[in-house]
Parts: sequence; C-alpha cells; structure tokens
Amino acid sequence: MIGTRLRFTPLQRLLHWVMAVCILAMLFIGVGMLSTVRPKFLTLVSIHKPLGIAILVLTLIRLAVRLLYGAPPLPADLPEPMKLAAKLSHYAFYVLMIGMPLLGWGMLSAAAYPVVLFGGVRLPAILPLSDSLHTLLWNTHFYLAFVFFALVLLHVAAALFHALVRRDGVFDAMAPVSTHDEVARAQ
Amino acid sequence: MAQPSQSPTRSIFGSLVLIAVIIAGGAAAFAYTAGWFSPQRLTPEKMVAALAPPTGVALGHRRNHAKGICFTGVFEANGAGTALSYAHVFTRGEYPVLGRFNLATADANALDATVRVRGMGLQISTPDGEVWRSAMIDAPFFPVSTPQAFYELLIASATKDSNAMKTFAGAHPEIAAFGAWAKSAPWTGSYAEDRFNSLNSFVFADSSGTEKTVRWSLLPAAQPVPVSPEDLARRRADFLEQEITERVRGGPQHWTMIVTVANPGDPTADPSKAWPEDRRTVEVGALTVQQIQPERDGPCRDINFDPTVLPSGMRTSDDPFPAARSAAYAKSYDLRTAEAKDYPRTATDAKP
Repeated sequence: MIGTRLRFTPLQRLLHWVMAVCILAMLFIGVGMLSTVRPKFLTLVSIHKPLGIAILVLTLIRLAVRLLYGAPPLPADLPEPMKLAAKLSHYAFYVLMIGMPLLGWGMLSAAAYPVVLFGGVRLPAILPLSDSLHTLLWNTHFYLAFVFFALVLLHVAAALFHALVRRDGVFDAMAPVSTHDEVARAQ
Repeated sequence: MAQPSQSPTRSIFGSLVLIAVIIAGGAAAFAYTAGWFSPQRLTPEKMVAALAPPTGVALGHRRNHAKGICFTGVFEANGAGTALSYAHVFTRGEYPVLGRFNLATADANALDATVRVRGMGLQISTPDGEVWRSAMIDAPFFPVSTPQAFYELLIASATKDSNAMKTFAGAHPEIAAFGAWAKSAPWTGSYAEDRFNSLNSFVFADSSGTEKTVRWSLLPAAQPVPVSPEDLARRRADFLEQEITERVRGGPQHWTMIVTVANPGDPTADPSKAWPEDRRTVEVGALTVQQIQPERDGPCRDINFDPTVLPSGMRTSDDPFPAARSAAYAKSYDLRTAEAKDYPRTATDAKP
C-alpha cells in the first residue's frame, strides 16, 4: 500500500469537495422540497433527482479511486476509538452515498413516477409498481436523510477538531490546498 | 492559525466553542429549511390534512377525489397537436391510456348524487417511454385563484362558524363565479356525458421551439342529458360507477380532446378565470374508453395522476396550482400507499 502519502491525491480531494457541496445541497433540497406547496417545489424536485444520480455516479468513481490510491494513514497517536470511528464513518458515508440515490430511484420506480434527468433523459424503472415497496423505500429514504445529515455534522465537527484542536494533519490530508507544513504530520 | 499569545487551554476552549457554533448553525439551517421554525408555511401535510372530511380520513384512499373507478382505453392523435407541441403523444397514432373517473370529495363512500364536481385522471403513454398525466374536472374554472386561497377555503368550509364562508368570499370574490356555476350548471347521469377540463394552464413547445400557453378539455361524444339533482338522489349510491360500467360494456365511449391557446395577456396564472370563448382551439385527437375496472384491484389504484408528469414538449406555466397539486398529491400518495391494509385488494396475489 501507499503508506507514505500524507494527503489524499488531488483527484480524491477534488471529488471530496465537489461531492460535499452536492450532498449538502441534496440534503437541504430534500427537506426543503417536502416543506412547501409553492412553485419552487417543482424546481427543487427537478434538481433533486438528477443530482442524486450524479452523486451515485461520482460515488462509484470515488470508490474506485479510493480502492486504487487508498487513504493516508491516520496519526499513530490517534486514540483507538477515534481511529475506529473514522473508519466506520467512511463506511457509513459510502453506504449512504450509494444507498440513498438507489433508494430514491427505487421508491420512484415502485410508485411508477418517471425519473427524469437534465435534458429530458429518462431512467428506466428498477422496481415494479408496489405500494408496500414504495412505503418501505420512502420511509427508509426519508429517515436515512436525517441520519446522513447527522453524519455530515459529525464529520464536520471531527474535521474541525483535527484542524483546530489536535492540529494533527488529518484535516490537511483532505484540505483543498495545504494549510500546514506537511512534516508536522510526519512527526 | 496558532495564536501563541493565548494559553493553549484557552485556545482549545475557543476552538471547541467555534466548532459547537458551526455545528449548531448547520443544524439550525437544516431545521429552518425543513420548515420547523415556520409554522405559517403552507406544507403539503397541512394542505392534505385540511381536506379531511368530518366523517374522518378515508384510509388507503386518495385524500381528495377519494371515490373513483378505473378505466383503460386509447388516445388516438390526429396529428394536429404537433403544431403546438413536439410531444410524441400528438404524432398521429394510437397510444394506450389508463385513467380514473372520480368524484371531488374526500369521502370514499359519498353518494354519487351528492357530489357536484366530477373528475377524470388520465395517463397517456407513448412508445418513447414518456407519460402524460392529467387530472381534470367538469367545472369550467376553479373556485379560487391561488393554492393559499384553496387552503383557506378548506379551512373556512370546515368550521362551524357560519360567518367563515362569508368572510372568505369577501376576501376571495372570484369564488362567486364558481358558486353560480355549481348552482346553475346542469347535472348529468353519466361520466360519459361530462366534459373534463384541465383548468390549469401549461406551456407547449413546438419543434421550432415556439412556446404557447394552453389549457385542454375532453368533450364527450355522448349527448349530455340534464337530470335534476332530485332525480339523481333517487338513484343508487354508486349509480355513476354502475352506469359507466354497463355503458362501456355495451360499447366504447369517446371524448374529443381540444387544446385552447391563450392570447397574450390572458390570465394564464389564474385557473379561476376562464379565457374568452373566441380563443384558438385545436382538436388534437380522441379518447376512447374501452374497459372499466373497479378501483380496489384496478390499474389506476396506485397511479398518482400528478399533473406535472409531462412529456418533453410540455411544461408547467406561471399557474401556481400544478406545483401545489403535485406536492399535495405526492403526500396523499405516500399516506395512502402506507395504508394499503385499510383498503385491501380482493385478489391478494393481484399483480399490477
């Protein structure tokens, strides 16, 4: 493995920050669109569907890049529970980033709603019309969105904790541009 | 970044406070977006809840237009509609149709004779995989101008306060025209004799990209025979469903679809205002209803006739209703599909 790299590759960092913006927008659009009957409802829905599919595609690319380049090692002095939390949160992110778009696509399919992307491109249904499947997938999609947002908040808190309190280079590993001397990380 | 003038402990404390503020701010922004700090916001939940009848919600059913019956048939396009929209559905040909005759009531057990407004949900599918859904009613215009006013109308008509409706009518004078229609328009004894109107306006785009704002209607081929409400009240509770079932068994029923084009300056955003009679209309094809199926096991049951499900070549206009209907219909759909056990299918192994 490539254990000596201190930062994620530029491609990984680019994917991370682009997706961070997409996912935050997605979560806000999701709760926002469910809260209104005004015309912006349609605008928000028409962004939510293609953006979800875009996140799914970006996640698959990102997963491949991650398997190819790996991740920089966590600091050796990081307590074991924090290391475990970091690892588990990464798994949770990948599960949600892949699962949420599929749940959304599936729940629309089970309700026979067309899934229209930008430019009028239509995706096929991935499930048959079914009230019970629709209910199951809708509920899962809805509640996991709040889990997802909570995970994002936890992730931001942890990133800031690394950046401001521990100053151990973990934040710098994913920062868009390097803000610290990289040797600080190498100890 | 490091502030050497401060003691490390103070600096760490400050950082932790900063982190807490950022996280709390993020959570608050999310809650605000979700409407949790805005009790006045008209949500789909509020709209759907306001539709609940005094007899209680019809679990497992649509929250409005709760009583209905499915049909299947074809739409035969004559090709004339291609002058208005490049949607495949207007290219000369026959396209399969799924639909639903219904009554504008939240009571799934309403007596057919008691419901003034009747409706039709329609879905036309084309071979390119696109669908055009529409939900029309037989009234020539809508009671009110905005979704907010419709919500207030529901609230006013549900209260026991006899002045509530007077106050509402004072604030929304457009409802007088609808009241006059409801009083004077003839009733018929059959869905097959009713005209159904989109009421909302939509924008059609032709192949050159020219856009026109339109409304559409289905005109019955059967001659409407006026029947007095008193005579209808003597008929069976489900006379409309029984009549259309027997009628279609005897032979397919037809409607002509016409598209009406707005002139510049016509009230495209206000479905309570009919457009002048002299507006250009294009006859685009004919709907043929070939079979009737009871809703319980029928193909229309799990279809949401969301009027914003449109093929390429059509889009929503400045009319605020389709968006509000889409949001409320989706809420109704989510609720009723979760209540399927309260409206059990008779054939448990029925495949949709």
